[in-house]
Amino acid sequence: MVVKISDNILSPLGSTTADNYLAVKSGRSALMLHESDNPAVAPYYASLVPEDMLTVEGDYSKFERMCIQSIEAALQQSTIDIASPRVLFIVSTTKGNVHLLAKGAGEGRILLGETAKAIATHFGNEVEPVVVSNACISGLCAQIEAMRLIECGQYDNVVVVGADVQSPFIISGFQSLKALSDGACRPFDAERRGLNLGEAAATIIYGRKEKAEVGEWVIRSGAVRNDANHISGPSRTGEGSYLALRKVLEDVDVNDIAFVNAHGTATLYNDEMESIAIERAGLVDVPVGSLKGYYGHTMGAAGILETLISMRAVEDRTVLGTRGFNTLGVSHPIRVQKENGITDKSTFIKLISGFGGCNAAAAFNYVN
Amino acid sequence: MINHWVKIEKDKVVVDGKQIEIELSESESLLNTIYKNKIGDYPKFYKMDPLCKLGFVASELLLDAEGRREEEWGEKRGVVLFNASSSLADDRNYQKTIEGDDVFPSPSLFVYTLPNVVTGEICIRNHYYGESNFMVLRGLDVEKMSQILNATFADTCTESLVTGWVDCQSEKEYSALMFIVERGSFDEAELSKL
Repeated sequence: MVVKISDNILSPLGSTTADNYLAVKSGRSALMLHESDNPAVAPYYASLVPEDMLTVEGDYSKFERMCIQSIEAALQQSTIDIASPRVLFIVSTTKGNVHLLAKGAGEGRILLGETAKAIATHFGNEVEPVVVSNACISGLCAQIEAMRLIECGQYDNVVVVGADVQSPFIISGFQSLKALSDGACRPFDAERRGLNLGEAAATIIYGRKEKAEVGEWVIRSGAVRNDANHISGPSRTGEGSYLALRKVLEDVDVNDIAFVNAHGTATLYNDEMESIAIERAGLVDVPVGSLKGYYGHTMGAAGILETLISMRAVEDRTVLGTRGFNTLGVSHPIRVQKENGITDKSTFIKLISGFGGCNAAAAFNYVN
Repeated sequence: MINHWVKIEKDKVVVDGKQIEIELSESESLLNTIYKNKIGDYPKFYKMDPLCKLGFVASELLLDAEGRREEEWGEKRGVVLFNASSSLADDRNYQKTIEGDDVFPSPSLFVYTLPNVVTGEICIRNHYYGESNFMVLRGLDVEKMSQILNATFADTCTESLVTGWVDCQSEKEYSALMFIVERGSFDEAELSKL
């Protein structure tokens, strides 16, 4: 089976997974109002990584420095030989170094494969890296890909790193779609008015074990499905999310699930769609939460960061509250967790969806 | 076995090894000409960015060659594509709308600034509810693509994949090599020969 070897989260809330978890558990958020000197960008609420948190030096972009710093921290807790030809790097990102376009770049590290190569090379790894760029679900797809490649024996370890850096390109785009909230986002709430963007890098290193030991995390199963409905709007039947959940639940007993960590971006349509999918999948009695009120939408990092915070929560026998949520504002009766609660269950489901009609779900199991 | 495959380059289209005759004109791009002559019933095509146009046209020719369009595919078929340029062609077009004196960020260009939107377009057209994914590599790396395609069949619902390389640097610089892979029959050596 495929188990988590080590991990890291680098975000405005801290530079370790432990610090991030404690910050979230105590209700902290880095969402605040920012202004840009770019005329295409109106003031916006976001959670941004300050420069003074970054320790990596050299000829790297902010995106690359965040990835490298997060991977370095994860590696410090493991004994894997990172330079081995049996170790693959998978980078999860939507826009990588897109800010370079403003400087007219057309080659080099504007290309996602080149930036991934620079990151792998920094660690002396010569295996050709893979970039998963599957919109907002990239971070969960990258983990599912890692699980499959390890299971079928292609690699012994996969380093999955996800990140995105906010730039006028991304912020102006979301503003043009009228998708951003003018305050801190409110997932699943009746008053929700859109999402917030966020920055983070998150790393998870996977490896193979004959048998998982007490205290280890197993990635049990994962599925990716398309809505086949619309390129930028979620399905009205929650089709892809429902099908992904249904597939993952083949291997999981619903009674063992501590919670569903949803995408919960706080846009009207996403949260409504998820409520439909969760109900259709028979999970109305399972607590549902979103971490977007703490971090905003961290895009390429989201699927990894939210998986890691969920793992810590299960270890801590906690169902985290959904910051920004007050009154249920979706039409299907899902159990959104408002305040922190307790659980004695050891499995959780990560659910995520994105542009292009893509959706993914995965089940993670803590051995205790 | 790769039974069906499509290759599109600058001014050349090959389906299952046979070059297709396309009458090129000065006023119309190759992709628009193929759309008009061979497809024609999907006006949404004209709204697509260059990467989606390329992937859409390649998938249409491929699926016509396969000749199984009437089947109910549901979750059985996935769409997994690769390239090196991500959505760079549309990224450049969107970037122009946020630069200079006349700033007007375009939502219709922004929605195409993700490479996986092309997988969504193909799923919508063909009612495919299976896996959709997009991966970026530094080049058309047959070994890596083969590893990933074989691993994708770990999902027991997936019986076949519309897959391949769909790279678009600009309206004029692009290449596609798209093919269909059935469960249990994929051979890396065969892909190397295409």
